[in-house]
Amino acid sequence: MLLEIKNLHARIAGNEILKGINLKVNAGEVHAIMGPNGSGKSTLASVLAGREEFEVTQGEIIYNDKNLLELSPEDRAREGVFLAFQYPVEIPGVSNTNLLKTAVNEIRKYRGEQELDAMEFLTLLREKSKLVELDQKFLSRSVNEGFSGGEKKRNEIFQMAVLNPTLAVLDETDSGLDIDALRIVANGVNKLKRKDNATIVVTHYQRLLNYIVPDFVHVLYQGKIAKSGGKELALELEEKGYDWIKNGKAEVVNA
Amino acid sequence: MKEIKDINQYFIKQFDEFEESLNGEKTSELHQLRKNAINYFEKLNFPTLKDEEWRYTDITSLLNHNFSSDYNKTKVSPKVISKFLFDKLEHSLLVFVNGSYSAELSKLIDIPKGVRVESIAEALKNNNSIVKKHLGSYAKNENFFFTTLSSAFIKDGAFVYVPDGIVVEDPIHIIFYTKAKDKKVLTQPRNLFVAGKNSQVTIIEHYVSDDEQVYFTNAVTEIVADEGAVVDHTKLQEESSKAFHIARMEVDQERSSNFASHLISLGAEISRNDFNARFNDEGGECMLNGLFMINNEQLFDAHTMIDHAKPYCNSYEHYKGILQDKARGVFNGKVMVRQDAQKTNAFQENNTILLSDEAIMNTKPQLEIFADDVKCSHGATIGKLNDEAKFYLKSRGIGEESATAILIHAFASDVITSIKIPALRDYLEEIITKRFNQ
Ligand SMILES: Nc1ncnc2c1ncn2[C@@H]1O[C@H](COP(=O)(O)OP(=O)(O)O)[C@@H](O)[C@H]1O
Ligand SMILES: [Mg+2]
Repeated sequence: MLLEIKNLHARIAGNEILKGINLKVNAGEVHAIMGPNGSGKSTLASVLAGREEFEVTQGEIIYNDKNLLELSPEDRAREGVFLAFQYPVEIPGVSNTNLLKTAVNEIRKYRGEQELDAMEFLTLLREKSKLVELDQKFLSRSVNEGFSGGEKKRNEIFQMAVLNPTLAVLDETDSGLDIDALRIVANGVNKLKRKDNATIVVTHYQRLLNYIVPDFVHVLYQGKIAKSGGKELALELEEKGYDWIKNGKAEVVNA
Repeated sequence: MKEIKDINQYFIKQFDEFEESLNGEKTSELHQLRKNAINYFEKLNFPTLKDEEWRYTDITSLLNHNFSSDYNKTKVSPKVISKFLFDKLEHSLLVFVNGSYSAELSKLIDIPKGVRVESIAEALKNNNSIVKKHLGSYAKNENFFFTTLSSAFIKDGAFVYVPDGIVVEDPIHIIFYTKAKDKKVLTQPRNLFVAGKNSQVTIIEHYVSDDEQVYFTNAVTEIVADEGAVVDHTKLQEESSKAFHIARMEVDQERSSNFASHLISLGAEISRNDFNARFNDEGGECMLNGLFMINNEQLFDAHTMIDHAKPYCNSYEHYKGILQDKARGVFNGKVMVRQDAQKTNAFQENNTILLSDEAIMNTKPQLEIFADDVKCSHGATIGKLNDEAKFYLKSRGIGEESATAILIHAFASDVITSIKIPALRDYLEEIITKRFNQ
């Protein structure tokens, strides 16, 4: 098993947001996590990436036989975890190239691999930028600065392509994308899919799942996984809306 | 430790020794200027926190040391100086060791006819009329304790003169190297840069040392940008962290002149930079960029004043500071827009990053506006490195130290990119890397 989340509780600013999450992800799988706004999807993604503001109060996360919660954010990335942020930050003065060059080489160093020389690195960037149809001129621009929403999301997938993660978490990478951008992003993700990696796609809408077909769909509601199923669950949600889950939840509580 | 009241006498006594070392030069006009200064100096008070201009800058630790000039020509090898040269840059080089010009270490490349790049001692010896006209005309003694001290001990420094209409393509690099051995050395470089009408020149004033000795640099630089002149000035201070550095720069700008200053400082035990620019006529442009990076218990102070005395002038000022440990920074930026100075554009900003909870920054922008048709703005921010940006970098596999270094480079980047000489930019990037990315 690549990832196992057991009874995960997390809070921020005194509020418990995640209230006992259980999730198993095997290599080669695509999982979709859906749920209404505020249900804790981004919180789960942040906890996986190691954001310190979120305090894990209970539970554990095993990734590749390691206790993920004990690793620093940078070591998680070096172990192959990647988060495509819902809201990627702008970093004026730091070029995309510089970020990726430092990242690639620090990851390689961690894994005991040779650093890439300038030529090898450029070749890598060129190849991967084609995957998400990102114009070369973006490479020298500051990270996300002045990018449109769609460009930011594409840039996240571009970084993912360059870093080649084992576990990718895409937090609403589809939100705000027009249909072309959506196709490009989804296409990029599909091409990066391998037998030995896994993807968790966090999404609010069913739309993305027409392009990235999940093996499993989970509905996160009020900090817990309220329902899990196959890809047909997404369609059901699309049809019935989240109220169905909310009501169903209420029924469970009443029972 | 001297008492404050004794400091004047301490230097007045040194003046006698200084006079003796001058031998034949004592009868000149210049010496009269020195004597007037030392007489005036006697009446001045050592600056303390009670003085408005020194409110946050306590320099009494200067009194703990007995500083004195080094009149022996201290020799250093070219190898020592080569560390401070910029790679792949064709330039004229003037080197001063412990305040005295070193002809052996200096290197003058082909410069256009009529241009002077030399030690001011040499120019004084030759009775240079430009020096006579300008020296001491802008950095007046009035109420400036350290300028008056400098005037009393005028001996050497850099002199650059560019005649009307001449463009000096290659930068002029001036190195002030201080080597304090057993003695706590005082150096008082006195620089004069005069750019004639429609001339152009680029000057780098570079203060260095290569060990952690205690010494005192008291520098005064006067710059004249005549009508239409373009002067680009960089001051780079990478001295001993135990040194004292007090400097004053006065810039006189005539019609449609363009002056740019870049101050890059790694501080000192105490470093204080007074910078004053004055628009004497219309259409002038003045850009002041600053970047200071200080740590431990260093104190850095920049006091700037841009005097918009005439209309249609633009000034742009941006100082950035990075403070570590218990360092203290002071920025006091005054922009004066006089009644006459309609259509002034003045922009000022100061941003500081505190890398520790114990670092302190005092920032005080002062806009004094007496004209009514002007555009002026100022702002100041003091903060930490952006946590979100840092997390973003880490989430890509970049470690704590590199992430910090990347963000510091980014913070400094607009000051660095405002410098036009690529070789100098590279040198500065290297300094930042050495400082924050070990
Ligand atoms: N930094 C924060 N400080 C306080 N509360 C937060 C913070 N981030 C998220 N929350 C709260 O946590 C809950 C879940 O948010 P989030 O994980 O972003 O939901 P989702 O991604 O599913 O929309 C919300 O109620 C939100 O207000
Ligand atoms: Mg979210």
